[in-house]
Amino acid sequence: MISAELLVAQNIGFSVIAIVMIVAALRVVTTSNVVHAALWLVVVLSGAAAQYVLLAAEFVAVTQVLVYIGAVMVLFLFGTMLTRARIGAERDLNNPYWKLGIPVAGLLFLAMAIALVSSFGDEQLPSDPRVVSVGEISDQIFGPYLLPFWGLSFVLLAAIIGAIVLARKD
Amino acid sequence: MLTSQFLLLGAVLFCIGVYGVIARKNAVLVLMSIELILNSVNINLLAFALRNGSADGHTFALYIVAIAAAEVGVGLAMVLLIYRNRRSIGLDELSEMRG
Repeated sequence: MISAELLVAQNIGFSVIAIVMIVAALRVVTTSNVVHAALWLVVVLSGAAAQYVLLAAEFVAVTQVLVYIGAVMVLFLFGTMLTRARIGAERDLNNPYWKLGIPVAGLLFLAMAIALVSSFGDEQLPSDPRVVSVGEISDQIFGPYLLPFWGLSFVLLAAIIGAIVLARKD
Repeated sequence: MLTSQFLLLGAVLFCIGVYGVIARKNAVLVLMSIELILNSVNINLLAFALRNGSADGHTFALYIVAIAAAEVGVGLAMVLLIYRNRRSIGLDELSEMRG
């Protein structure tokens, strides 16, 4: 059983990380510098990894750090570097109708917030969660979810071959 | 901790990602917004995994991480190809497939 102090600490941790994530996510979609957007995305992804730890999902958090912050961000920075002569602030990153996105996102959030609050309200998460071990996840992957795993392997293979074919110079 | 606080965080990130997909013209920035959306889905999956005490959410979250990596790889290869052919990665200029 988790003590009350730890619960308070968890809530404070959640709030701080959530605020940092939201601010960083807003910077990702509003900044006028592609490299800065990539670096703000690193903040969001690290915050997501911290939230996974709060949700008792250590293995997914470590995978997030390895795959996203390790590999995907390098890909993004290379993509920026290879498609752009100069690195710096620039105008013209937004569509002419970009203002349309604000009401769409606002209405979407309103609908989701009403649905979530009315169905989950103040339901508490279990305070002594069952820790899911890596072995249990592997039993899931190689047991009931084997077919999606095979599909995923083919997707990754197709992605590797496709990326090589697309990016080859001839 | 409440269930809804994690779900609301996921909803906020999802909406910011949707705004990015609509508002951005640069293809690399659209891919970054898609990463935001996928991460919000992962937060939701793990919150429900904790709520229901099952490992299914963890499995799906790992699958989504793998799919996202594949998607970024292919997406950036396509962006590179488009840039090489047209010297621009503005998504509004790609109108060749218009009927």
